[in-house]
Amino acid sequence: MKLTRLVKVLRTKNSGPFILTIDLIFKDKKIYQELKEKEYFSKKWWSDVYGIKEEDVISVIYFDPVCAVKCNIKRKITSGDPGDTDVYGAQQHAPLLEVDIDV
Amino acid sequence: MFKVYSPTAILGYGFSEESFENALRLKPDVIAVDAGSTDPGPYYLGKGISFVERYNTKRDLFYLLKMTKSLDIPLLIGSAGGCGTKSSVDWTFEIIKEICKENNWKFRIAKVYTDISKDFVKKALLEGNIKTLDGSKEFLEKDLERVTNIVAQIGIDPFIEAYKKDVNIVLCGRSYDPSPFAVLPILYGYPKGLSLHLGKILECGAIAAEPGSGRDGIMGVVYEDHFEVFPLIKTRKCTVNSVAAHTLYEKSDPYYLHGPDGVIDLTSTQFIQKDENTVIIEGSKFIDSKEKWLKIEGAALLGIRGVCIAGIRDPIMLSQIEDILSEHQKIVDDVFKEYEGKYKIYFHLYGKNGVMGEMEKEEKISHEIGLIIEVIGENIEIAKSILGFLRSTLLHYGYKGRISTAGNLAFPFSPSEVIWGEAYSFVVYHLIKLQDYDFPVLIEEV
Repeated sequence: MKLTRLVKVLRTKNSGPFILTIDLIFKDKKIYQELKEKEYFSKKWWSDVYGIKEEDVISVIYFDPVCAVKCNIKRKITSGDPGDTDVYGAQQHAPLLEVDIDV
Repeated sequence: MFKVYSPTAILGYGFSEESFENALRLKPDVIAVDAGSTDPGPYYLGKGISFVERYNTKRDLFYLLKMTKSLDIPLLIGSAGGCGTKSSVDWTFEIIKEICKENNWKFRIAKVYTDISKDFVKKALLEGNIKTLDGSKEFLEKDLERVTNIVAQIGIDPFIEAYKKDVNIVLCGRSYDPSPFAVLPILYGYPKGLSLHLGKILECGAIAAEPGSGRDGIMGVVYEDHFEVFPLIKTRKCTVNSVAAHTLYEKSDPYYLHGPDGVIDLTSTQFIQKDENTVIIEGSKFIDSKEKWLKIEGAALLGIRGVCIAGIRDPIMLSQIEDILSEHQKIVDDVFKEYEGKYKIYFHLYGKNGVMGEMEKEEKISHEIGLIIEVIGENIEIAKSILGFLRSTLLHYGYKGRISTAGNLAFPFSPSEVIWGEAYSFVVYHLIKLQDYDFPVLIEEV
């Protein structure tokens, strides 16, 4: 199933100038729990979605109070440095819109 | 209980009169507002100026001073002027002075400066008292040469010290976003974990409500063993979802929020819906830091940025756009040998990968491309010369298969180039050991 059908929030934003933090907030607690137990959103999964090296995925954290998965990745270019394309990091979510999830 | 009013996400982002009047009726014990962020990038810190316009800041301040006056409650402002340099604290102070003069109001104000001198940072570097933070790179003494401003992000202590000087208003330089909200509850004995977590939720105003807004306020009430948050207008609600989701926002780890005073530990935090609009939060703890390490931020001047905006609609040109642009890099390098190492060129291709750059996976490109040519030169002459040269050369470049021989670029504006101003980079984004460091507090009566 498309990830976009499972989540109510799908967003990216800077967490400081060097890190991009990605949030997925799930609609359904059961599906979230199932994916969490499977550790579905591994570092490998994120590196595939974003086409980046696995070592550039800093951490993946599950946040139960809102059924959320957070992933932190290294920004390729520091926020506001020459060549940057997104100073706030708020429009880096597009690769997730196409993703299918096995549920 | 202690009531904390957060009027807006960033001082100057605004709030409706209705929201303000509702807050006034609830008689908060303090108005706290955060004015800062590193989100807008390094420019504002580099220049030591606000990223919010003066008019907008003045409008918000007028209302907040009015409430301060009528309820006789304190107003605490964190990261005054956005980047929190001395210049931006003074800028905010001048606006307050102007409002007071216009309305014949009198206040006693504490200004807290949190700038850190380069010499102090150099010394700390030599003594091993600087650590990298959240992906920043180590810097050398020579990297500080072009840094224009360095500020430390302070916690609650300097605020408390300033407040104790019997003032109505504390105007603080760069501070940890939750600080101004948490200061008075902590001073009056409420638990640090709850007070700081409340600050974390309140610091973005109604962004923690549903629907969220950066241009509206929110109220927080601290009790001995929990706190509550609720919105100020009927069309918004605070829900477990909106509030807990906000705990994730812009943070790398929602369970442990690191700050200058220590860590807010949310591993046993509970979010409970009290009524339709109000959320109760309990269980947030605080872990005190043994050593005092503060975050410092500093931006270095890289040069002068010039920008040219143009559209490209020709499919023959678009099919070879990358080659054409790299050819232009070569042409410039060849013609401007004299300026070697003194400029950099960046092509932004909207309609191709303008938003995601190297991370873009979509291979097809749009029927038209918005091209932004960015040149950063060591000085304005170099930036202008190279940008002008690129514009004319690209406009008339004879690429392979060209049939549209009159010109390759559609400029929306005349002039087609603009000098954007100074370009900066975050060079300092580190932790510094600051044990027993006194930030200067200046008292002014207006």
